[in-house]
Amino acid sequence: MSSIIEVQGVSKAFGGVVANKEVSLSVKQGGITGLIGPNGSGKTTLFNSVVGYHPIDAGSIKFEGKEVSKLPVQEIARLGLLRTFQQTRIYGKMNGVENMLISLPHRKMSIWDALKSYSSEDYERADHLLEFVGLYEKRKLKSGDLSFGQQKLLEFAMALMNEPTCLLLDEPTAGINPTLINGLIDRLKRANAEFGITLFIIEHNMRVIMSMAETIYCMAHGEMLAQGTPDEIQNDQRVIDAYLGAH
Amino acid sequence: MARNKIILYALSLAITLIAPFAFPAYGTQLATLWLMIIVALTWDMTGGQMGYNSLGNIFFYGTGMYVAAVISIGLVYDVGDYTNAAGGGIYEFTDAQYFGGLFLGILGAGIFCSITAVLIGYVTFGLRGPYFAIGTLGVAIAAGELVSNWEWVGGGQGIALPVYPGDLDIGKIFFYFLFAAIGVSVFIFVRWLYGTRFGAAINAIRDDEEKADAMGIHALRYKLITWAMAAFFVGMAGGISAFQLIHFEPLESAYQTINLGIFMVVCVLLGGKGTLWGPVVGAILFHLFKEVTWNYFLGWQWVALGALIVVTVVYFQDGVMGWLMHKRPEWFGIKVEAKVAEEAK
Repeated sequence: MSSIIEVQGVSKAFGGVVANKEVSLSVKQGGITGLIGPNGSGKTTLFNSVVGYHPIDAGSIKFEGKEVSKLPVQEIARLGLLRTFQQTRIYGKMNGVENMLISLPHRKMSIWDALKSYSSEDYERADHLLEFVGLYEKRKLKSGDLSFGQQKLLEFAMALMNEPTCLLLDEPTAGINPTLINGLIDRLKRANAEFGITLFIIEHNMRVIMSMAETIYCMAHGEMLAQGTPDEIQNDQRVIDAYLGAH
Repeated sequence: MARNKIILYALSLAITLIAPFAFPAYGTQLATLWLMIIVALTWDMTGGQMGYNSLGNIFFYGTGMYVAAVISIGLVYDVGDYTNAAGGGIYEFTDAQYFGGLFLGILGAGIFCSITAVLIGYVTFGLRGPYFAIGTLGVAIAAGELVSNWEWVGGGQGIALPVYPGDLDIGKIFFYFLFAAIGVSVFIFVRWLYGTRFGAAINAIRDDEEKADAMGIHALRYKLITWAMAAFFVGMAGGISAFQLIHFEPLESAYQTINLGIFMVVCVLLGGKGTLWGPVVGAILFHLFKEVTWNYFLGWQWVALGALIVVTVVYFQDGVMGWLMHKRPEWFGIKVEAKVAEEAK
């Protein structure tokens, strides 16, 4: 399998704080890749760099072989590289269906297309994906009134609606009720297998990430500490030290 | 469309058509009511639906006035000479010149204001929240000051346009129907627009612009086009006002930031931000309130108006429609639906 995201020697500092220092990694096309690390190790900064949220100081980021480190957020999103937020972001004043419809991919949409109404296929797709994440019954409610976990599921469904080639998920299970987590793992795996979406996931819940990812990267203090299969990572002394605070 | 809605629309249209004949003494007030509806509906396009609270929409109203006046005069005479005479001198307009200038002027005002909206928006849409409000307010105030020092368009004295040729009572009805035509067009236009993907995109920008960016929505493009559309209608309304008022000057009637510039925002807040009917309901209530206080509480009218603004902003932020939506969500289809397995497949 070839890699869909290639990060080479990326550095990013905020004033005197070095959040990422020469980080390199690659995400395999069609697979599930995990990114773990203690709080403040620079995972979200790396995500933000990949999706163009802020300029990087050094290094290169390639998506499908194309350099994207200088592109703005919307253009990268239109290439099919999408992210969800750690602090869930949905359109709170709209209902579930509207949230889904607005997430239709804008990469092929011209301004004239935008002046059309949504087709019945669009509605069907929205309903289908809402059913997929288990929110069908609540689709007409104002999304801002949904629980945090439900908003998280909605955000995931919205990301799927956008038909991305690659999806970056920032802590998808954080704040979700433990009984829902298994359902979410199952849906993430199905999204990967059925829709062929490459997943790149930041996760703190070890059980979740170990059961899903094929390759895991571990960051600490802004640097890439280790990489390997879930088994290798679990038994890596450096990773254990990083989490227990030996660093 | 439900039967109730058809009745509502038919009734509204009937009232619109009959009102100036039923209440001939209130012709000008009714025309002004339509002006309020136009500026409220267009303000809500950016303020309510897109989350950009502009205090500078009055700029398009004032600019529309001047553009319409300059076009209609310029078609017949030299604008500098005309304004120099300040209403004196002999400047006759034939009926054809008057109506030709009026229609071309109003249309030109709309187009010109659309273009300026794109140019100003390109700079000001980098501002968010209160900064956008203050930035656009600054544009309107600066424009008023600049125009009042521009002698070619009459400076601080403003411009006196020719009077409506013919019976002035018919003139009142004529201007009423011009405003009403634009008002009904705006309503039909936004009703359609909010149902399209475009409408959904500007709602997304309102709710979370950063998320909209992350989902690949062309945020700046949508913002510019929305404001340009709003400016088109406000500019035309300004153009009509110029002919209706006959004489107007820059600070009090054209770029009247503290009057109409604020009134349009209050109308929308009172009626309900981000709803289709809210601006219309708000404009009607506000206009009634304003006319009543101006007639019966003269001397206290500004106090009453200030009190209304304070009460609306502090206690009644969602407005009439927002309050209804909160009290009767099922009227607006906000409910938990029973699971229908067939529908989901």
